[in-house]
Amino acid sequence: MVPDATFTSYYGRPVVKPSPWEADIPAYLFLGGLAGGSALLGAGGDLTGRPALRRVGRLASMGAITVSFAALVHDLGKPSRFVNMLRVAKPTSPMSMGTWLLSVFGPLAALAGTAEAVDAMRDSLPPSLQGPARLLIRLSRPAGIAGAIVAPAVASYTAVLLADTATPTWNEARNELPYVFVGSAAAASGGLAMMLTPGDQAGPARRLAVGGALTDLAAAHVMETRLGMVADPLHTGAPGQLMRASKTLTTLGAVGTLLAGRTRLGSVLSGACLVAGSVCTRFGIFHAGQESARDPRYTVVPQRERIAQGRSAGA
Amino acid sequence: MGSLSGPLQDPAADAGWQDPQPRKGFFTDTSICIGCKACEVACKEWNAIPEDGLAMLGSSYDNSEALGASTWRHVAFIEQPAPAAAPGSGRASLPMPTTQRPGDALPPESRTDFRWLMSSDVCKHCTHAACLDVCPTGALFRTEFGTVVVQDDVCNGCGYCVPACPFGVIERREGDEHTKNVGIAQKCTLCYDRLGAGLTPACAQACPTESIQFGDLDELRERAAARAETLRSQGVAEARLYGASPEDGVGGSGALFLLLDEPEVYGLPPDPVVSTRDLPQMWKQAGIAALGLLAGAAATFLGGSR
Repeated sequence: MVPDATFTSYYGRPVVKPSPWEADIPAYLFLGGLAGGSALLGAGGDLTGRPALRRVGRLASMGAITVSFAALVHDLGKPSRFVNMLRVAKPTSPMSMGTWLLSVFGPLAALAGTAEAVDAMRDSLPPSLQGPARLLIRLSRPAGIAGAIVAPAVASYTAVLLADTATPTWNEARNELPYVFVGSAAAASGGLAMMLTPGDQAGPARRLAVGGALTDLAAAHVMETRLGMVADPLHTGAPGQLMRASKTLTTLGAVGTLLAGRTRLGSVLSGACLVAGSVCTRFGIFHAGQESARDPRYTVVPQRERIAQGRSAGA
Repeated sequence: MGSLSGPLQDPAADAGWQDPQPRKGFFTDTSICIGCKACEVACKEWNAIPEDGLAMLGSSYDNSEALGASTWRHVAFIEQPAPAAAPGSGRASLPMPTTQRPGDALPPESRTDFRWLMSSDVCKHCTHAACLDVCPTGALFRTEFGTVVVQDDVCNGCGYCVPACPFGVIERREGDEHTKNVGIAQKCTLCYDRLGAGLTPACAQACPTESIQFGDLDELRERAAARAETLRSQGVAEARLYGASPEDGVGGSGALFLLLDEPEVYGLPPDPVVSTRDLPQMWKQAGIAALGLLAGAAATFLGGSR
């Protein structure tokens, strides 16, 4: 559909406001996905007798969710504000739902991750701490499994967080964004686990990485073709460069995994590409949305077309 | 939880008020706005809003730019070319006999006149308010008058309401640590404190031409429709109402506007939709995607290959 060549605005000023969010938020989107996917690999490794994959998954999950928590607190300004986020639970607010998800998932991931760290240095612990260490390690399996059940929601809710706004590119992408985000999460967590796990235990990580990369690429392709003119910010400027980089890196990572994923060097390089590709996807989509909010064209022209097509907004 | 979209008779009752008051609102008749900005000043004075820049923007005589954290009323000045007066219309031209006027060398049919459109914009106090729905702390709430207010002592400054608003009204206040409520989302409260005392909001009180009218929304809707009809019958064909229909994308506004051009000329979205209209569908897609990830991850552990 060719947009109207002429459109009017108030001295070119934005109609909607871009979010005041900074790099914290796209980093938070990426880390949430990485933590969710890693928790799944950790639990799977635990249940199928792959101790190295279990350890990597649990530690990565704990690390990523801790840093993402720090990013959220930094965005809010002070830690007490995170507690204030828990004063209500609102299904109409993806931010509220996300805070609760994080509050359930975070401690479970931390418990499983801490158990791995304690397990690794168990021999050097004093006798008085051997009892608590045993208890912690025994709790790690139920915690890891419970965390893995919540993990997919941690990876996907952030798509609703962006879509439930008046930011044109995010809102229009509402049907595809969850699939882009879970694909990206699977690619990143599979990639990271490939880098850190011995090849003979990394089979599930490789399969998750390739499946995630294909899902990400396919969903992003559908999204960009369906969106029409509001997809322009995904193709131009800095967000466009990030999106192109994300596609190149994700494709390289997936192909590399298939061809050389069983070699040490191949899995490290492919895994690094997939992690970097996921970072680029999150930052690209974030900044494309910000751009679409700054230019009144992306708000006015699609709404004008909607009126012209006689589709009533409330209907 | 109240309804997410569509027409709604009484938002205050929908939000759970036991004794909702008649819904209050604004009717801003831009056809009689003179651009004095008394409403902007009165709003700043009453609500003790900090100064937010005295820059000359250079694009028009409007130097407060847009609604924001520290501008809860904003008067837009739109300078636009108007069709030249038809011959015999009686429109006077300035007598300037000794100098040639700019454009006199052009053929008369290509000359243009200018007109000024002035419009005092404000928070729409939507029937379905995206800012309120997405607020994770409950800092934004629906008052007994059906309006939408931020509690600055509850707001976390997460900023989620800012991109959620389809009108670009609400904003997080910037400034140094001495600025009041810095980092907190701010917007028009429809002078909630004055309403509670039976007073008129400061902007409507200060308006010298009664371009800003305050009252019960039901009555304002009738008054606005009558005024638009009067103007059209007087030959102002471009007069139109904005925000008056409960069938629109936000369930109708608590602030109505009579405009003399397309909404986007004034910086308003032509067809705003509350994002929560599609929220059930969004949660459904995210749920399917999450189950897909769970199933996909489980599948990677099946099969013989390690």
